[in-house]
Amino acid sequence: MHGFANPARFLRIARWLMPLCMGVGIVLTAVALGWGLFVVPPERLQGETVRILFLHVPAAWLGMAGWMGIAAASFTEVVWRHPLAAIAARACAVPGALFTAICLVTGSLWGRPAWGTWWVWDGRLTSMLVLLFLYFGWLALARASEGVEGGAARAPAIFGLVGAVNIPIIHYSVIWWKVQHQPPSITMGKSAIDGAFLWPLLAATLGFTLIFAGVVLARMRALLASQQAEARLRRKAMAEVEF
Amino acid sequence: MAAAGGTGLKAKHQRLILLAVAMVVLIGAAILAIWGLRNQASYFYVPSDIMANRPDPDRAVRLGGMVERGSIRTEADGVTVHFVVQDGKATVPVKFAGIVPSLFVEGSGVVAEGKLGADGTFVADNLLAKHDENYVPRQMQDMTKDDARKVVAETR
Repeated sequence: MHGFANPARFLRIARWLMPLCMGVGIVLTAVALGWGLFVVPPERLQGETVRILFLHVPAAWLGMAGWMGIAAASFTEVVWRHPLAAIAARACAVPGALFTAICLVTGSLWGRPAWGTWWVWDGRLTSMLVLLFLYFGWLALARASEGVEGGAARAPAIFGLVGAVNIPIIHYSVIWWKVQHQPPSITMGKSAIDGAFLWPLLAATLGFTLIFAGVVLARMRALLASQQAEARLRRKAMAEVEF
Repeated sequence: MAAAGGTGLKAKHQRLILLAVAMVVLIGAAILAIWGLRNQASYFYVPSDIMANRPDPDRAVRLGGMVERGSIRTEADGVTVHFVVQDGKATVPVKFAGIVPSLFVEGSGVVAEGKLGADGTFVADNLLAKHDENYVPRQMQDMTKDDARKVVAETR
């Protein structure tokens, strides 16, 4: 754990890991989406609208994964005061919010032809919308606590941990409650999705996840660089005052 | 690492324990809230709920369940449909006038918004189809759902 506490070591790894994740992720996603949009047969009842699945499911997963990343980084920040943790949390927030929004929009576009409505206030859709609002709140709080010293600087970390309660609620909403949204198709080693849809779906999910990891690494590098630049400016200003 | 205070407990261990306790309390509170909400948070009633506890005729409710096979009947006007919703324990006849969603088929899930009439017929003013967790290509559409599920299971 503390091997990565050194930002210089992290930067050395991120320098080659980031382009690797991005490159493989973009190629895999392009292949999976091409496969899903043009090759896969129409579904029995949904017809062509089933193709939205290949964007909707990875977006839903990454929307939740983004907050799990914030929560894990927040935990590390609060307990071990890890110097990279706050940066990792900030790097996860914007891509996580974006994928949550993509999930909501694609779900709505699918819902109109399949269910006969753009939106219903059921447990799954509502808890996913709450996740988007949690991201907005977290981003505002993180911006407000920028440059703050001491305990107040860890306010976003506490928010990140408390907000993580929503993640199991999103996942189990379709099991605990009677909802409009269908129950999970893929559970522990079992799938109710035919292989024709399942393989491109898994490929798209892996591809988008690699892109997500690449974006997070790139954002962490950028945040570290801007922190270093700020520290250098501050040192320079101090030096000018002294002499 | 310097020990915090005179307790001999490291500061990071103190924080770890504090945070672990806080998370347990938080998750406990969430579970209690969800338990309390489990009826209110449901999006619809199933036929056995409706039969056990009949809603007032002027109260709008949602009825959800499976469309019974062979029950869909369209009136001569072409837009009024009658069908039966069942949940394996009870059935409720439903009447709806309007355009049905494309996923509305016999043996599939449905959510009807409307009121339960005094004669026991549910008069829906909005109809939503419910998709199930199965994704099957068109080539298999002539099979029954159980057969299709078996084929899907074999391709794994």
